[in-house]
Amino acid sequence: MTDVTAAPASPARKTTSLYEVSARTRRRNAAEKRFRFYGLSAVLLGLMALIVLLSSILSQGMPAFRQTYVVMDVELRADKLDKNGNRDPADMAKLTTFAVAPLIKQATQTVATELGSDIEGLTDKMVGAMISKEAPGQLLRFVRANPELIGTTQSFEFLANGRIDGYFKGRVTHESAEMDNNISVQQLDLADAMVAEGMMETRFNWAFLTAPDASDQRPEAAGLGVAILGSLYMMMVVLCLALPIGVASSIYLEEFAPQNWLTDIIEVNISNLAAVPSIVFGILGLAIFINFAHLPQSAPIVGGLVLTLMTLPTIIISTRAALKSVPPSIADAALGLGASKMQTVFHHILPLAMPGILTGAIIGLAQALGETAPLLLIGMVAFVREYPAAPPEGLFDPATALPVQVYNWTQRSDPAFFERASGAIIVLLVFLVLMNTLAIILRRRFERRW
Amino acid sequence: MNDMRIVERDVDTQAIKFDCENVQVYYGDNHAIKDVNVRIESNTVTAFIGPSGCGKSTFLRCLNRMNDTIDICRVEGKLSLDGENIYDRKVDPVQLRAKVGMVFQKPNPFPKSIYDNIAYGPRIHGLVDSKADLDMVVERSLRRGAIWDEVKDRLHAPGTGLSGGQQQRLCIARAVATEPEVLLMDEPCSALDPIATAQVEELIEELRTNFSVIIVTHSMQQAARVSQRTAFFHLGELVEFGKTGDIFTNPKDPRTESYITGRIG
Repeated sequence: MTDVTAAPASPARKTTSLYEVSARTRRRNAAEKRFRFYGLSAVLLGLMALIVLLSSILSQGMPAFRQTYVVMDVELRADKLDKNGNRDPADMAKLTTFAVAPLIKQATQTVATELGSDIEGLTDKMVGAMISKEAPGQLLRFVRANPELIGTTQSFEFLANGRIDGYFKGRVTHESAEMDNNISVQQLDLADAMVAEGMMETRFNWAFLTAPDASDQRPEAAGLGVAILGSLYMMMVVLCLALPIGVASSIYLEEFAPQNWLTDIIEVNISNLAAVPSIVFGILGLAIFINFAHLPQSAPIVGGLVLTLMTLPTIIISTRAALKSVPPSIADAALGLGASKMQTVFHHILPLAMPGILTGAIIGLAQALGETAPLLLIGMVAFVREYPAAPPEGLFDPATALPVQVYNWTQRSDPAFFERASGAIIVLLVFLVLMNTLAIILRRRFERRW
Repeated sequence: MNDMRIVERDVDTQAIKFDCENVQVYYGDNHAIKDVNVRIESNTVTAFIGPSGCGKSTFLRCLNRMNDTIDICRVEGKLSLDGENIYDRKVDPVQLRAKVGMVFQKPNPFPKSIYDNIAYGPRIHGLVDSKADLDMVVERSLRRGAIWDEVKDRLHAPGTGLSGGQQQRLCIARAVATEPEVLLMDEPCSALDPIATAQVEELIEELRTNFSVIIVTHSMQQAARVSQRTAFFHLGELVEFGKTGDIFTNPKDPRTESYITGRIG
């Protein structure tokens, strides 16, 4: 221990001053400065991209949350609505929109004569087109619900046509109207006059969040109601299946499974599954759940099952990481006290791993919420007007999902749908932010130190 | 090496607690424990000493089958507790560990309250029927762990908030709460300062009246201070086992002598 051999004599050391920065030190400092600059510029670049993205989506999507309404009086003429004069609901059910359309036409003509007399070239047809094609349906629903009001004059609030709506949001101008077949300058003038009279107003659009989708001609009536409900149902399915299955399999793999070639293969495959493109899961879902198991198309249950398959690897990987991060000394302590393996896992390891598990699960869920590709393959891209029923039956009803609705709307020609698609993206982003906030709150709440 | 106060107290009983014959332990292909024969008496403090990696901790963990949690570990030979082979097929390690408690090198309280730390063992083994009983067990265990006075006013504070020495005494109290017959201690003082060490050593001496204590230690002074029997391990073999006084003052094997005089290890 004591036979330390004499080190070879070191070359004569130059005496240097600490005040003088050597060339080597200067190079090292420069390298560090450069590295910091690269890092900072990468962060700034990312931030800028985020700001551009958010500002473009917000500026294009926010108008979707406002909607222009037309307030007008409509006489519910008995000769059109109830020819037999008995107010029989069975007869009312037979009424079509053709029966109520003349009533609306009459009401708009009244408006046109009152306000539009000094607008040159304004035709009755133009005035009628200012109101959404949704109006007859709305009137019909009202009549069916209140047959006793037939014969009176009621005040109605109709949606304005998409172009008129666009005029108040700055999407349509007098210049653009001159080149547009769907809108005329006279209509815009009348709209201004109606606003002055208080017959037209723009306000917050709850229907955007609650109404179902609408056809190509009626962008003003289109809403996210069915899509939000469909996404919600799918998330319920994913949460109910992926979390227990994922956590159970991770606990088994991490704590109980023997280390052999079989578990190694399973492990490798789980990691690989996490990287499989989501559309492949869609094909799998189509083959298994629809073609083989004959579950209905476009149903949230199928979407939920496909997204469960897709989310499982994420949840398993994060859960295993969370279980691994619990210090082994805790397990030793429990085992040393005579706790069984299962007691050790459920009393000590699992509670400590909970924040990690929940974070992983919510991130997996958020990923599933934003997933589009697999849903296209199982028919969730359908045009759905009916709300699905309450679960569990509703899980088998056709529905659509938020990201699919975005995709769907961007495919349509009317610019008003583009605005709604951006609005839908905002809704989707809000949900994602809420879920991530929940993940952070849960993590903070359950976090313990050891 | 001037603090070699050897505990020369007669061991009250000569009953054999652990009887180990031809114990072999393998980690995969590595033969970690070679042919160890040792008899550990009840109400005795037995110290395992030896250089790092000599297998003393491995052997200690065989005594309550903590090695079962390591997949590649294989134990051969006969280890019996009160005449019953603990590696018998019929033996459930969970029941064995209730009889043979363990305290680890690093204090490892559960991230729960002090009360729950102590109550955990009695709860899972069903040792108590009522809350009042449990309160009593907790108090008795904390008193035995010589930490009652320090924590009695904050039983519901987290156990992880205590100082290192307090945490280790809490772990000892937790281990004795299940009323084990043997207490295994794997370098219980290596993470503690001298004052906390002295407290734990004092505690070990008190625990001897109820339990048989086996302690692995790197400190020969500690072995000399607290134990009546000492086993010296070297490269997986049990080199010498006997009365602590004999081992330190009159070692039979030259390797033992080299180690205790500081020439190997």
